[in-house]
Amino acid sequence: MPDDVVFWVLAVPAVASGAMVFRYDSMARATYALLLSLLCVGGLVIRLGLDYLGVVVILMMTIEMALMAVFMVMFMMNPAGLLPMSMVHNKRGAAAVSAAVFVLLAAGIVLAPWPGRRGKPDADPTMALGESLMGPHMLTMMTLGLALFTTIVATVVLATGRGRYDRFGDDLCARRPADPVRPGARR
Amino acid sequence: MTLEPLLLVAAALFCVGLFGALSQQSVVMLMMGLELMLGGVILAAAAVWHFVAPAATDGQVLVVLAVTVMAVEMAVGFAVVTALFRTREVDMTDDAAELKG
Amino acid sequence: MADTAPVWAVVLLPFALAAAAVLVAGFDAVLAAAAEGGRPGRPLRAAPAPLRAGLRLLGQQPRRTTAGDPWLGRIGIALVPVAAVLAGAVLPWGFRAVTDPVVGVVWFNAMEALAWAAVWLAGWGPNSALSLVGGYRFLAQGLAYELPHMLALTTAALGAESLRVGEVVAGQRGLWFAVWMPVAFAVFLLSALAMAFWGPFDHPLGRDAAGGAAAEYAGVDRLVLLAGRWLLLVVTAGFSVPLFLGGGHGPWLPAWAWTLLKTAAVLGLLVAGRRLLPTLRMERYVEFAWTVLVPLTLLQALAVAIVVLER
Repeated sequence: MPDDVVFWVLAVPAVASGAMVFRYDSMARATYALLLSLLCVGGLVIRLGLDYLGVVVILMMTIEMALMAVFMVMFMMNPAGLLPMSMVHNKRGAAAVSAAVFVLLAAGIVLAPWPGRRGKPDADPTMALGESLMGPHMLTMMTLGLALFTTIVATVVLATGRGRYDRFGDDLCARRPADPVRPGARR
Repeated sequence: MTLEPLLLVAAALFCVGLFGALSQQSVVMLMMGLELMLGGVILAAAAVWHFVAPAATDGQVLVVLAVTVMAVEMAVGFAVVTALFRTREVDMTDDAAELKG
Repeated sequence: MADTAPVWAVVLLPFALAAAAVLVAGFDAVLAAAAEGGRPGRPLRAAPAPLRAGLRLLGQQPRRTTAGDPWLGRIGIALVPVAAVLAGAVLPWGFRAVTDPVVGVVWFNAMEALAWAAVWLAGWGPNSALSLVGGYRFLAQGLAYELPHMLALTTAALGAESLRVGEVVAGQRGLWFAVWMPVAFAVFLLSALAMAFWGPFDHPLGRDAAGGAAAEYAGVDRLVLLAGRWLLLVVTAGFSVPLFLGGGHGPWLPAWAWTLLKTAAVLGLLVAGRRLLPTLRMERYVEFAWTVLVPLTLLQALAVAIVVLER
């Protein structure tokens, strides 16, 4: 019984605030509605017995959304939503597609003969996860690590506006890079 | 808690995110839709792990994968928007359609 | 080893943390009065100053700004003390914490990450440029301190081979982690200050931005924000005791007394130490954190991992 209460208390805000993301005019509100939705997802994951992953979802999403808000405010023309605005295309088509997908998924979920619970979880699921990531799932872990490293390099290359020609001159001969802020402790 | 309601919630999150990803013009809003979809994936993976195969760790690995994809998607998305904005002063998907064949 | 405290501890926890915060704020006020000079014995009279200031704020009218988003601002303000108390739930007093979850260390980290959202929201709420500047500054500061901080937490958990705070304490029965993980300990103390946006890291509330994120708040709003900041400082500094200073381990005295003594020592060090340093600008700290602290903490984690493997 308390399990059900927890489920509803987390599930309803998760979906409701997820929907509010696309209804708010204020970008700050939209971002933090998304954060609330993802925090509820993290709470549900904890309730399912995955303590570590649930808390990691909470930790990551908090930081991610805090940073996302910066970009929202930076790029949107009307970040505080003080003027009502709508920036959508093909709203009706999108609604139809997502409703159809939901009906399809729901039908599959309700009609599928789900197998019963096989086996019991490890005493410490976190330990089991770590051992499988460092054992049989090592390839997954290595791929993830490589992907993250590639992401770091790629995002810096994409986002920086200044290449080496800007810093060291056209013939790359400048002795000191012409950076707007001098690096090092001697500023 | 049972499996089906959890999966329905996950499907609802996924579809709300899908609606956002399809309908929003701003790249940043579009990415919020993607995040919501991945949130649904995380919930579904955790639910299936708990109710179907708790002895194996595959469900947990899937959650790790989804969380990583979220981080990568965020970082690359913002980098692309920044690059786009720097050169063209736009952040809308419709204005960035010149790669269309 | 670490037992869970009885239920009434849940009710007691916020009050205990608040009392500690008032004491620390009083100590800070005494130091401030002493720094201004005056006759001997005089500075001690400044000890109740924080209480007086708090009461004065209670009577003050909250300020309203045009076209602000007061709801988001209030959520941000309230989140600061809430995050501190939630993080404090895994803080063991002696060997007992209010709760001792399996992933206590990660829980602590997740709760203090709420401060990122909190300060930015508090800065966003009043629709004021200077307070938004403060909010942005805290995000930049967060990017600087969080990575070395996480590595320091990881190092302590690695040394105990557990994410449970109780077992981290138990792992230091013979030797404190601060002794063989000095880099992680020092980094943790730095980031404890940065997390509570306090001391040399008070740029988000800096005087050059007219008070930064707190600029537009008066009355109860301001009281909750500033008191929450003290709570955050107490909790983060207090967490260095179970992580690095052996928790309740110590000769002769009971465990709770050792916890109290060590926490007081760390807080005293931080409060007195901040007077020696000027406010640090964030771009400098980012550079220092990423080029010096991250490699150092990585090496520290490597050394600890080798020790753990060999033992």
